[in-house]
Amino acid sequence: MKLRNVTILAAFAAALMSSAAFAETTELTVYTAIEAEDLARYAETFTKSHPDIKLNFVRDSTGVVTAKLLAEKDNPQADVVWGLAATSLLVLKTEGMLEPYAPKGVELLKPKFVDKDTPPAWVGMDAWAASICFNTVEGKKLGLTEPTSWKDLTKAEYKGHIVMPNPASSGTGFLDVSSWLQLFGEKDGWAYMDALHENIGAYTHSGSKPCKMAASGETVIGISFEFRAAKSKKEGAPLDIVIPSEGIGWDMEASAIVAGTKNLEAAQTLLDWSISKEANEMYNVGYAVLAMPNVAKPVEFLPADIESKMIDNDFEWAANNRKAILDEWTKRYDAKSEPKS
Amino acid sequence: MAAATDILMPSGRALRQSLDKDELIKRGLLVVISLYLVLSLAAPLYVMLSKSFSTYSFDLAAFEFQVSDKLGNFGEPATAAALNEKLAAVPPEKLATSSDGRLPATSFFPDFSFRSPVKYKIRGTTDDASFLIGTQLHHGTEWQEVDSNTFRRIMLRPARALGLENYTTYFSTPTLFRSIQNSFLIALISTIFTVGIAFGFAYALNRSKMRFKGLFRLVAMAPILVPSLLPGIALIYLFGNQGMLKSLLGGISIYGPLGIVIGSIFFTFPHALIIISTALAISDQRQYEAAASLRASKWRTFWVVTIPGARYGLISAAFVVFTLVITDFGLPKVIGGQFNVLAVDIYKQVIGQQNFEMGAVVSVILLIPAIAAFFVDRLVQRKQVSLLSARSVPYEPKPNRRFDLVCLAYCSLVALFIAGIIGICQYAALVKFWPYDLSLSLKNFAFGRMDGGGWASYYNSITLSLLTAVLGTVIVFVGAYMVEKTEGFRTGRTAFHFLAMLPMAVPGLVLGLAYIFFFNNPANPLHAIYGTMAILVVCTVTHFYTVGHLTALTALKQIDREFEPVAASLKQPFYRLFTRVTVPICLPAILDISIYLFVNAMTTVSAVVFIYTTHTALASVAVLNMDDAGDTAPAAAMGMMIFYTNAFARILHVAVSKGILKRTQAWRAR
Repeated sequence: MKLRNVTILAAFAAALMSSAAFAETTELTVYTAIEAEDLARYAETFTKSHPDIKLNFVRDSTGVVTAKLLAEKDNPQADVVWGLAATSLLVLKTEGMLEPYAPKGVELLKPKFVDKDTPPAWVGMDAWAASICFNTVEGKKLGLTEPTSWKDLTKAEYKGHIVMPNPASSGTGFLDVSSWLQLFGEKDGWAYMDALHENIGAYTHSGSKPCKMAASGETVIGISFEFRAAKSKKEGAPLDIVIPSEGIGWDMEASAIVAGTKNLEAAQTLLDWSISKEANEMYNVGYAVLAMPNVAKPVEFLPADIESKMIDNDFEWAANNRKAILDEWTKRYDAKSEPKS
Repeated sequence: MAAATDILMPSGRALRQSLDKDELIKRGLLVVISLYLVLSLAAPLYVMLSKSFSTYSFDLAAFEFQVSDKLGNFGEPATAAALNEKLAAVPPEKLATSSDGRLPATSFFPDFSFRSPVKYKIRGTTDDASFLIGTQLHHGTEWQEVDSNTFRRIMLRPARALGLENYTTYFSTPTLFRSIQNSFLIALISTIFTVGIAFGFAYALNRSKMRFKGLFRLVAMAPILVPSLLPGIALIYLFGNQGMLKSLLGGISIYGPLGIVIGSIFFTFPHALIIISTALAISDQRQYEAAASLRASKWRTFWVVTIPGARYGLISAAFVVFTLVITDFGLPKVIGGQFNVLAVDIYKQVIGQQNFEMGAVVSVILLIPAIAAFFVDRLVQRKQVSLLSARSVPYEPKPNRRFDLVCLAYCSLVALFIAGIIGICQYAALVKFWPYDLSLSLKNFAFGRMDGGGWASYYNSITLSLLTAVLGTVIVFVGAYMVEKTEGFRTGRTAFHFLAMLPMAVPGLVLGLAYIFFFNNPANPLHAIYGTMAILVVCTVTHFYTVGHLTALTALKQIDREFEPVAASLKQPFYRLFTRVTVPICLPAILDISIYLFVNAMTTVSAVVFIYTTHTALASVAVLNMDDAGDTAPAAAMGMMIFYTNAFARILHVAVSKGILKRTQAWRAR
């Protein structure tokens, strides 16, 4: 009985879709991890210049979108991925899931924002970088000094007051770990994390949570990323955004066409537009570092020197060693899983 | 006497009742609903089980290399397997990996230098062999020539096979293995506390003359109306680092086992209370009179009369609570801190690391305690004999001022705990920016600004709940009717009964994951429902099938079996009997089933967290996602929206039930 309903539903849905095809709009299924409050604005701006393409978004956190794309590998549902971490797109590329395409104007972008192969499999939009959120009110109450570097975080005074994302469940967490290993080298990197682990109060599942916890005083120091920090600060949180002096790991939001799409032309149009000057200006509302040079204007509450502090992140190395790094991390820190008081 | 007939009479053809049209239709319907359960439950679970055996390892025989000298003259090709045999560069245990595994090709060339002018060639020996040059995926048997600098960027990819390696990996990874202990420990402690507290509450309700019983019953049922992660959020506001009552804990962190246990007691309490209360409600006054006349002390009477009388209820409650806690995922995710449990491990493996195979392995492991608990419970239930005989005198508590006051105090305490948790959430939802700006506002109800799907997810949840309640009730009740009122066809009915009981033992998370594997397969003709509201409805109906089924069976068993033969002899088709007699008589049970399905569809997280999409985002999942992103206050706000909706539905249910009962059940009153 139930099945019959389902078939009717499915037939109904199919009928709806085919009737939409009669109109001259193309529909694109777009998978994205762009923040909910930004996405509506982005979609509106795109539709203004391209009313003939209708975007159907499937939006979720980076991990969920990546898991979804991988699960659908043999039968991709998405036409385009717009705004997903480059590290995730790299995984999809190594699975052969992306359709290489050089969007119009790709030569104008900063080289590190474009996939090295020709034609590139993905192109970047903007970057987000690791940073430390420091709650000044709680810091003062506890008499803690504000840290200025990664190494500072291992000082004994911060014991139990630091929260960072778990790299095994958060892309931001992995970004931190892989950047420390690149900055300090393999041996010193793990030694650094051993010391840091002694001070960690909790590892969270999501990358933005540590900063929100710092914003609400649930912890003093949250290792998170910079645009989340700026947003919390705007809401009135007593936060200082610290860009550690050694340099910061970063990732970019990037876009790609999913191999096997039936709407290649429309997908290419979206990709062309996604790296245009207009789009870059639109990304600039929340992001300080853009793929297109000389467009970015300073963003409120965000430090101006973010781009100069970004390390030369080797995404390929990080992707190839992801499993090994996570296995090692889990072995070292997750096994000691008793809660700390 | 039957034996004697066997000896005297020659055994003839076994008698069979010929099937009439009604019987055929009934069996047809039974088969259709069985098919539904097979497709929505058995098949996905089977696919998931096979997924847990799908392993990845590097097949070295599938790759062939050629190396040139400095001038570019290539030597003889050699497979990676042959090279490894010579060098023993990669030990066999390193060959097992996950779907994301990569093995550098340079492992087989100890004197490799990326500056040397030596050139390399690589190819697969089969069409499936795949390797990466840089980040580009290559397949097949064509030779690829690269220079040394590029050769270091070549990574071999694993091949898929079947085997037990995932399980071996699981049990040799201490972190993962430890979760089993943690989960058991938490479930055990929570069970002891919940059953103890619920017993006291039920005892006070049934064996005292205290006042406000109705109010206490109402408050005690409140936790059923909210998602299990809501108590977690409330506990953070109470005992977190900025908590109002943090000092009470004296430095112990609420994040971890303590938080999970307190939250678990909250959300499992009503489940335990219902079962234990039913067990305590039926007792025989005469046993107590006998105990009194034998001069047994109150204490002794309690242990030899009350507890044995309620023991099956207690055991049942213990298993229900244990299963609920061990399979719950929302609460440990919100407040578990670094305390790993099985349910969260599944989520971490699948969402965090995209390791579906390991997710399937943990799911299978999570199935074991749940299924074991389920079977033990069945066994115990079978032993339960009716306590009430025709001559029983129902127990009637006598007023006892002191005892009643103690009961009142105890129940008030428990009720305060429950009301407090919900009250805190309401307060948290209204505070502007905890703890720095305590002014009240409705800003946290502007869900559009957060992750999770906004107000649309709330409306989606209502749609899902209504669909689940209506369709689910029809399926469940028709299924129960067919299984109860069909003559003969024993095997079919037993099989159906087993299928109907199975969902109770399947954790929601496991069911959801199984749905991904089963429905998101392009070869599956049912693939079309993937990503729609339909799959959420199917999943939710299946997840909560068992309780509805049992409720319907109980109601149906009360109807005399004579009705069917009478209807048949009056030449009335069964569907007329069904619509004119059975359904009206069972209407209270039918309403109970639908409200049960509605409330649970509103609060469920675990079953749907893997299969919702942007367009079918749900309120309960939004609570999870908003909390995950650190938007705790909006998460509490959405949780309260679920609470109010469910409370409203409940009130509506009571009103409608009363009205209907008055009209259709007048015959029950003599």
